[in-house]
Amino acid sequence: MNLTLYVWRQKNAHDKGKMVTYKAQDISPEMSFLEMLDTVNEKLMQNHEEPIAFDHDCREGICGACSLVVNGVPHGPEKATTICQLHMRKFKDGDAIWIEPWRAKAFPVIKDLVTDRSAFDRIIAAGGFTSVRTGGVPDAHAILIPRPDAEKAMDFAACIGCGACVASCKNGSAMLFVAAKISQLAHLPQGQPERKQRALSMVAQMDKEGFGGCTNLYECEAACPKQISVAGIALMNRDYLCANLTVVEENSIG
Amino acid sequence: MTLDSKIPSGSLTEKWDKHRFDMKLINPANKRKYSVIVVGTGLAGGSAAASLAELGYQVDAFCYNDSPRRAHSIAAQGGINAAKNYPNDGDSIYRLFYDTIKGGDFRAREANVYRLAQVSNNIIDQCVAQGVPFAREYGGYLDNRSFGGAQVSRTFYARGQTGQQLLLGAYSALMRQVGLGTVKMHARTEMLDLVVIDGHARGIITRDLVTGKIQSWAADAVILATGGYSNVWYLSTNAIACNVTAAYRAYKKGAAFANPCYTQIHPTCIPLSGDHQSKLTLMSESLRNDGRIWVPKKKGDTRLPNEIPEEGRDYYLERKYPSFGNLSPRDISSRSAKEVCDEGRGVGPTGFGVYLDFAESIQRLGKKVIEERYGNLFEMYERITDENPYKVPMRIYPALHYTMGGTWVDYNLMSTIPGLHVLGEANFSDHGANRLGASALMQGLADGYFVIPYTIGNYFATAKQPKVTTDHPEFKKVETEVIDRTKKLLSLKGKRTVANIHKELGKVMWEFCGMARNEAGLKKALSIIPELRDEFWKNAIVVGQGEELNIALERAGRVADFLEFAELLCFDALHRNESCGGHFRVEHQYPDGEAKRDDENYAYVAAWEFTGVGNEPVLHKEPLVFESIHLQTRSYK
Repeated sequence: MNLTLYVWRQKNAHDKGKMVTYKAQDISPEMSFLEMLDTVNEKLMQNHEEPIAFDHDCREGICGACSLVVNGVPHGPEKATTICQLHMRKFKDGDAIWIEPWRAKAFPVIKDLVTDRSAFDRIIAAGGFTSVRTGGVPDAHAILIPRPDAEKAMDFAACIGCGACVASCKNGSAMLFVAAKISQLAHLPQGQPERKQRALSMVAQMDKEGFGGCTNLYECEAACPKQISVAGIALMNRDYLCANLTVVEENSIG
Repeated sequence: MTLDSKIPSGSLTEKWDKHRFDMKLINPANKRKYSVIVVGTGLAGGSAAASLAELGYQVDAFCYNDSPRRAHSIAAQGGINAAKNYPNDGDSIYRLFYDTIKGGDFRAREANVYRLAQVSNNIIDQCVAQGVPFAREYGGYLDNRSFGGAQVSRTFYARGQTGQQLLLGAYSALMRQVGLGTVKMHARTEMLDLVVIDGHARGIITRDLVTGKIQSWAADAVILATGGYSNVWYLSTNAIACNVTAAYRAYKKGAAFANPCYTQIHPTCIPLSGDHQSKLTLMSESLRNDGRIWVPKKKGDTRLPNEIPEEGRDYYLERKYPSFGNLSPRDISSRSAKEVCDEGRGVGPTGFGVYLDFAESIQRLGKKVIEERYGNLFEMYERITDENPYKVPMRIYPALHYTMGGTWVDYNLMSTIPGLHVLGEANFSDHGANRLGASALMQGLADGYFVIPYTIGNYFATAKQPKVTTDHPEFKKVETEVIDRTKKLLSLKGKRTVANIHKELGKVMWEFCGMARNEAGLKKALSIIPELRDEFWKNAIVVGQGEELNIALERAGRVADFLEFAELLCFDALHRNESCGGHFRVEHQYPDGEAKRDDENYAYVAAWEFTGVGNEPVLHKEPLVFESIHLQTRSYK
């Protein structure tokens, strides 16, 4: 199939950037979306032109590196699929495809389709952990976890930190990402000792990074390639409210 | 160069405990005077950086990805082994040790492997404490499953994304230290060379992948946790950016590289669908718990799989290896798959595929149970192939997956360059010639959480090196070398893209240094590789500038290193005139097609010393002495 691509090109963080049109020719339906972009890049480089820069690594939907908005939807049209897992059989000959980076104030563009998502790492550093040193922990079986809790924790732990939730939200909110980590640990006994402080610290960092607030649009859940549930946001809001109301000692988390 | 494995004396089961007492310690108040560089933030690097920072050392951690959580450890699916024996089915530390040594075809260092089995239980405890959401049974206890090469259920898992969850545990511990200010994290920063002063590793040179800035970093010790080199074959299950650059630079500076020819081809990956393909996707070995592998009995049987009755099917692993059946170790399963496809009985559009069939399990256990166990893997398969594994058998084929070879390290995980420690897949130590499933995760975390935090203190206390800063002339010298090489890469304005050349290298390696190797083929590879390398430096295209994000330049540097490293790999394969584990030389096999080891002449670690690009490296042998295990033919029948 032959396709027309409209791709965001931006030379660096200070460049204004613009959409540039490319032709993708002889694309096999078996190709993945990123392999299609590789094909376009190969042709560009053969003409000694700069290839389109985009983040990617595992190409199997687990590392969270790939981050493209395709035809207005983060990770493209397929539900619960990262853009690296999308295959070209979902498109047809003659289609036009718009390709943009994640758009959010807290994710500045570095170049072309590559954005800076280090805000996510800083949020995790603020409280997305249990404060435990290596060694000196009890036997794994000393902590019993009811199976439903373990399954729920796993559902939330499946977050790959890609940022599609932020990219899909009109407010540029990171609530689903933060809620995923908070909810994972909230469902586990190991997460209980620091549960309140975790909510306060992670939300504080999230706000500091410049993400927007949540107005219950649920675009995040729809765009999430791992199908993280907005129920996590409800849990996080409860934890945050409870933490604010309860007196918490002046101990920094960690 | 002398190889001193520094294996402690005493009985096998006491060596590590004895060593921990004998090793020198650094006083808690003095630890903050020592700095460590950690390159790579996967399971081994992340856990090491976190643990060392907790102890009080100053840590600078580096990764080329945009976040430490993106390391390729994240993609491991099936599980992590430990000798807990929770299922009460006969496991023990000794059995895990034995299965690993046997699985490695008796080519691993006994003492290291025993220690690995010993700390395996501590790893599970640590991960649970971090909140890693392992699968649980109804009583609230951890669930276990079986993996290849074992007759006990010793694998702990978190659905089909155990690697992701373990890495996130280590990443959380790392980020806690970053938040506390004890680790400085440098993401999007790639190590391009090692700095050695007075024979000790004292720092690295990096390139900032956003600004292009070349920078020096000094420390009292350097740790490489930079993963494996499967991408030499271009197509592998590795992430696209995985590379051998850090370990190869260390090799060029004097860190012996061991057993590069021990490479693992995983039996269950999604088959190649076309020339455009950029990687091969792994289907977890855990699927082999419930899937049955088969091909048609008759050559050229093109019926749809569901139309072929039982009598027409050859469940060849069950037939050839009755005791292990579909859970035979990876090297054996991969070669068997290749065998049946070479006979013309392969399935799928290319004829290079075998079936992994869940029909019988779905009927026996119900679809819901299969969905719970493998749901996300089945979805992944369907996305890529557009086929539904609940209705038709999966098609799979072997693919490059893991590299047992790596930088040579002693019992303290230190290379032949004092101060340079290497952890995880990047080192050679624990898996011998073949790695068992669910043990890579175990080794990465063992090295990072429970070995290096002890052994690095001993290095500091005994090495007594003076402090250096990046003002030392050696840093400037190596920086200049890196800058010159970068300029040289950027000056390449030929006619072939780097990916195109990389693809050709991959084809040469798959053809002549893949699952079945022979002398003529390896010699052919050794004549083609230098020519391809020349072609690269004359005719490659590298567009763009250095002082910016430049994906073409990044890739070019990695492929340039592959084009040198591949030669070392083939050379090692050629010199090892036996078959063992993942290294199969067709000239050395039993009549039934099994690997034929030559313990009399080859029971050693081949540690290679660099003598110049294109020159034959010098072989140093570390004899493998087995005090506890009796060498035997490795049979899974």
